[in-house]
Amino acid sequence: MIRIEPRAQTPRAFAVGIPVLSAIVALALAAIPLIFAGANPIVAYGEMFKGVFGSLFAFSEMLTRATPLMFTGLAAALAFRAKLWNIGAEGQLYLGAMAAVAIGSGVLDISGVVLLPLIIVCGAAAGAVGMAAPTYLKVRFGADEVVTTLLLNFIILIFLQMMLEGPLQDPMSLGWPQSAPVLDQGMLPPLMERMRVHSGLILALVLAGVAQFMLARSVWGFKLRAVGENVAAARHAGINVKRSLFGVAVISGGLAGLAGVSEVAGLKGYLTADLSPGFGYTGIVVAMLAGLSPVGVVVAALFIASVFVGADSMSRAMGVSSFLADLVVSMSLLCVLIGGFLAKYRIIRSNKAGATS
Amino acid sequence: MTGLANGPAPFPMTDSTVLKLTGLSKRFGSVVANDDVSLTLKKGEVLALLGENGAGKTTLMNMLFGHYLPDAGSVDVADEEGTLRALPLGHPQAALGAGVGMVHQHFTLAENLNALDNITLGSEPLFALKRDRAAARRKIEGIIERSGLNAPLNVPVGRLTVGERQRVEILKALYRDARILVLDEPTAVLTPQEADTLFENIQAMTQDGLSVIFISHKLREVLAFSDRIAVLRHGRKVGEMATSEADETSIARMMVGADTPKVARAELAPGKPVMQLAGISVAGRSKRDTLKDVDLTVNAHEILGVAGISGNGQGGLARVISGLVHPSAGRISIDDRPIAKLSPAAMVKAGIGRIPEDRHHEGIVGSMSVAENMVIERLDDPEVQRFGLLRHDEIRSHSEELAQEYDVRGPGVTASARLLSGGNIQKLILARVFERAPRLILANQPTRGLDMGAAAEVGRRLLEARERGAGVVLISEDLDEILGLADRIVVIRDGTLIEAATHDRETIGLMMAGETE
Repeated sequence: MIRIEPRAQTPRAFAVGIPVLSAIVALALAAIPLIFAGANPIVAYGEMFKGVFGSLFAFSEMLTRATPLMFTGLAAALAFRAKLWNIGAEGQLYLGAMAAVAIGSGVLDISGVVLLPLIIVCGAAAGAVGMAAPTYLKVRFGADEVVTTLLLNFIILIFLQMMLEGPLQDPMSLGWPQSAPVLDQGMLPPLMERMRVHSGLILALVLAGVAQFMLARSVWGFKLRAVGENVAAARHAGINVKRSLFGVAVISGGLAGLAGVSEVAGLKGYLTADLSPGFGYTGIVVAMLAGLSPVGVVVAALFIASVFVGADSMSRAMGVSSFLADLVVSMSLLCVLIGGFLAKYRIIRSNKAGATS
Repeated sequence: MTGLANGPAPFPMTDSTVLKLTGLSKRFGSVVANDDVSLTLKKGEVLALLGENGAGKTTLMNMLFGHYLPDAGSVDVADEEGTLRALPLGHPQAALGAGVGMVHQHFTLAENLNALDNITLGSEPLFALKRDRAAARRKIEGIIERSGLNAPLNVPVGRLTVGERQRVEILKALYRDARILVLDEPTAVLTPQEADTLFENIQAMTQDGLSVIFISHKLREVLAFSDRIAVLRHGRKVGEMATSEADETSIARMMVGADTPKVARAELAPGKPVMQLAGISVAGRSKRDTLKDVDLTVNAHEILGVAGISGNGQGGLARVISGLVHPSAGRISIDDRPIAKLSPAAMVKAGIGRIPEDRHHEGIVGSMSVAENMVIERLDDPEVQRFGLLRHDEIRSHSEELAQEYDVRGPGVTASARLLSGGNIQKLILARVFERAPRLILANQPTRGLDMGAAAEVGRRLLEARERGAGVVLISEDLDEILGLADRIVVIRDGTLIEAATHDRETIGLMMAGETE
């Protein structure tokens, strides 16, 4: 008989070991469909590796792709730490992006020293509002934030389409639903000549570091962890649970909004309704792979961006569909979830029923 | 105390034993839940299992039903021919198959399904092409006719009354051909009329050959409806007698015991009032959280014991004093200063130290460190934080001192608090509470589940606080504990408080059971 028993203590090695092992297992499992597709997995993975680390340009593309994932990953990780299930990073990303083009594309033609910080703050604020509203509904009426934040994504997307064909539409776009470009002085400066990677990456890295520090060292982080780990004990101990939830909601939504700012004002320059290929949702995967640790989010975002960018390149070289990337990412998430279970429980085999009890 | 084996059997029944529990013992960590308990049940008999909360009644029945695996002992159940056969332990399916049915205190019904589906749920094959609902309905209607357990079969269970739901639970057990029925506090949720109907049904069923064990601590119904009574205390069977030979006083004495543990305590005159509750009412979601117009004064140098049977408003009283609930009416004042805005933080600030009932759930954040749990109530304190940043080094060294002083043993103050044993978790909470020298201490079931050593330590600390001049509210379902520690005793029943004005065990026991008005 096989029994499952909770572990008293999770071995320390599990924290790093599980995600790393999960990534390896996912890659190994993805080799099976690769073989069916007629590709040699070793060659294919070699192409993927080259597609990320083969040239400075390839590497910079990977960093460019990782940047929004870091923001949305941090948004999910912090909210999930407080057991506030923010599934709405995608919508909050677009709110941030809309705020960025609304004030950055000509309404205020002022110096970049003022305009760029203003764009960043307004974008974050817009995202924050996008998460504060469902949190209010949760605290006040008990509305499940999984449902409200998820559905809000679609509402915001439709609102975005309305704006892109209305007030935000670029008069020069010949009828295309796209916004006017962000002014040059409002753009996040690029990090390298002739590369797309921009200083949004630096902002993401700094914020990940700050989040890690605040979570571990600040009273704010203490309260957030207590609320997330045991809300009854936190309330009993006198922690204001509602205020903690609102605090993390504003920060989580703000980070997701920054993902939108970073894409618009760092990469694309203007806003369209296909700005994000699901960065908000992928951010959830990033956060789970990272074990909800802010520094882990950076690593997980780099991994997932590598898989996507590498798979694109492999697909071009070998004619294998780049959907393989989705397969690797989803399987590594499944492996992490299984690993998380094994970290909490151990499986015991015993021959006689209940012999080990 | 009458031994059953050689005692006369004045009640009409055949002599065949259908259930025999032999030497059952169960420990949870260092706590002994059941110690060498043996019981027999005869065909057609109604056995009442009596005891205070935590006496081990439910644990014993859970071992019979296979939910828990006993550390020692055996269970024998009679098969259809009446031959006793050993029951494989730890397998609910085996118990069901042997004809043991259990109705839990908290119902296990799917509210959106109707009674018929609830009854047949789980006893049908998973992959059957068609369900023979007509046959199932015929069988259930036959049972209803014989037992009188009326329940509408076609209405979703969510719309039934509590009494009807309970009948559905019993029908579920009978549908599976239970010959032995275990009812865990069946009348706890019923109105007196529903309870009477239930016992009439039970008597009809025993005529049919069913044997029943029911768990209770209501003396009146036990005396009225059982054939035999077994009393558990502190996990041991302390008495067994035919109901015809029992009376309230003798059972009450057996339930609460006669040995008050001697605790060294100084004689102190009570001081000025520390906390006053005036006309406090709480509209709780259930009876356990409801208070009705409660007045209570706790003085300095005084331990006030709140005795009562579980679920009579202790939860509501504790939640008010903890600041977790706003009373719908009434006033609370500490040292004659009324507390305007009730919240846990306001209570801590007013000098109330709170030892919660459920120490794992409300007392600690298990995944956070021992040190973090030590300071969780004083995050505003400049000793703990500066400019919003935690002073980790100070917190750690201070927690180490506290752990030393209060003898919190475990893998260290930086380890997760959940790694501590129950007793050490309680010492952690004691350290956190007593460190702030509170004016008033609320101790809700402070020794439940603790071993003797840890329980004695809790008592010592409470007495120490009393000597220092604090007032203590001790809510406990363990009457021994209250008699040993309290200067003054009030009994809580149905959300109201009654001053006991005595330390007499039997009088208080009867007040708890509501037998004297």
